[in-house]
Amino acid sequence: MATIGQLATRPLKAERNGDKSPASILFLVALWVALSFAVLTLVVLLVTSFMDALPRLDGELFTNYSSQVSPETAGARAAIIGSLWVIVATAVMAIPLGIAAAIYLEEFANPLRWYNRMIEVNLQNLAAVPAIVYGMLTAGLALTIGLRRGVVLAGAIALALLILPVIIITTREALRSVPAEIRQGSLALGATPLQTVWRQTLPSAIPGIATGTILALSRALGEAAPLLLLGGLVFIRYDPNGLFSGFTTLPIQIFNWAGQPQVEFQEVAAAAIIALLGLLLLMNGLAIVIRNRYQRRW
Amino acid sequence: MTITADGGSPAVGTPRSKRGGGFDPTSLRRQSPRHGERVVMGVLIAAALLSVLVTVGIVLSLLLPAISFFREVSFGEFLFGTRWSPRFSGQESYGVLPLITGTAWTTLIALVIAIPFGLGAAIYLSEYAPSRVRKVLKPVLEVLAGIPSVVYGFFALTFVAPVILNDLLGLDVGTFSVLSAGLVLGIMIIPTVASLSEDAMSAVPDALRHGSMALGANKMRTTLRVVFPAAVSGIAASIVLALSRAVGETMIVALAAGTQARMVGGPTEVGQTMTGFIAQTATGESTPGTLSYNTLFAVGLLLFVITFVINMISIRLVRKFREAY
Repeated sequence: MATIGQLATRPLKAERNGDKSPASILFLVALWVALSFAVLTLVVLLVTSFMDALPRLDGELFTNYSSQVSPETAGARAAIIGSLWVIVATAVMAIPLGIAAAIYLEEFANPLRWYNRMIEVNLQNLAAVPAIVYGMLTAGLALTIGLRRGVVLAGAIALALLILPVIIITTREALRSVPAEIRQGSLALGATPLQTVWRQTLPSAIPGIATGTILALSRALGEAAPLLLLGGLVFIRYDPNGLFSGFTTLPIQIFNWAGQPQVEFQEVAAAAIIALLGLLLLMNGLAIVIRNRYQRRW
Repeated sequence: MTITADGGSPAVGTPRSKRGGGFDPTSLRRQSPRHGERVVMGVLIAAALLSVLVTVGIVLSLLLPAISFFREVSFGEFLFGTRWSPRFSGQESYGVLPLITGTAWTTLIALVIAIPFGLGAAIYLSEYAPSRVRKVLKPVLEVLAGIPSVVYGFFALTFVAPVILNDLLGLDVGTFSVLSAGLVLGIMIIPTVASLSEDAMSAVPDALRHGSMALGANKMRTTLRVVFPAAVSGIAASIVLALSRAVGETMIVALAAGTQARMVGGPTEVGQTMTGFIAQTATGESTPGTLSYNTLFAVGLLLFVITFVINMISIRLVRKFREAY
């Protein structure tokens, strides 16, 4: 009995196995190192790109066309305009299709049916298919329907198919976060299921849908791999002006310049990277503003 | 939530004789046939079916040229040949193993980087970070995930290879190597590992942590012996998904790994990956129907099959961890 008494008087503070033990501290330090590695890389990447770009961060980037003979005055005018054309065409195709598919899958499809489960697994798989495969799909499609490769429309189809699964998945999450009471209230007042979706569920989910869609579009804006199979025209010296016009985009232009041996091309590639990152930052900022300002907490 | 497609169910006790007559306030049947809604439903279903069509399209567009390819090149030569020189006229050789070793090396190096750093970040964010720190650091990971891969490729080419590998570490590697491509590929997939693993660990109920603490385990022990095993299928899914992204990534390896397809025996060597070959051949003009065009799709089909298998494993694992709690 005496030993128990002695034990009980000893403080319950853990000495060797507490959070201050050497092993615990070492573990925490290791976690810190892991996290700071990611942060540090981001900083280094941004700083080195900016330093490389410094000599070429001027108006010429936006006003001049790319040139094979005079890299020191080469600009990304055609690429920037091409990127805008492609991204707008991508958005016009992918957003309505993605939202329509998400509405069916989230609001109407019976998840116990085998075909709906198949669509589900299929979507998850499509979201992880390598981007370049979408380029090959579009190349095959263009060949079948007689569309010329290397036009804005072909590039936009490839990117729209690439981001379609992402838009569907994020839209479904946004719809899922709308509480069931909203739908039940609407149905109880006599609205049809489709009226309920159109007048209640969809408007409530719009902030979430907008955020997810903008993030998907910014992925499309930075993607080059599928367009490699559809573009090829890098030194174009005119403004792309329609769906059937030849095009290049910023990422393809960067890829091409980065592969050239001349230092001037590396500099203009870095400048184009800064322009691209600026554009992406703008889109991400917009997404965050929408999320913070309009998102409703139920 | 799910709503049945065809409106309200027929109300019990509504006399059928009222059909065609005026408005019956007690009837729960819909008042008009609403053909427009049927059309809209059809459009919604068609949009959902489009995703299935895309998969069918991918398989067909890869399979048809690949079949013509295998008419000229035997399956065994393609899969087990060790020399890849499709454009060396007179001595063409179509052994895909060099491309596979290139992909295997870059992917392996990427995982060696991404697994410890990604998991470390995930454990810190999920178990240790105060909520204010988490609020700042999660967006940083999102930014890292949002950077285009061509930018990472440029980074590998102009900074990692010359400054880090040559000057800082004193390694004897050229401008192009699977090492610099793999390192940057690893950085690119850190956010994939980190954010999905963090989700998996955050989903572990607090009751398990409290139970462990109550038994006298410290925070580290609780994390490693309780939270980590409970979240392990989600963590595995995140790693498998990151693996799939590393195998399919194109722009980094096209810029940084090199363009010579040969058997890669070590990390400092030059190599070409499957995606790198597709990118390189695609930028040159290739005419549909020729053998060089079909070669592209044979490699593409192999790439698709490999990533498909990996994705399926990942989807299975995710489903398992969702069912756990």
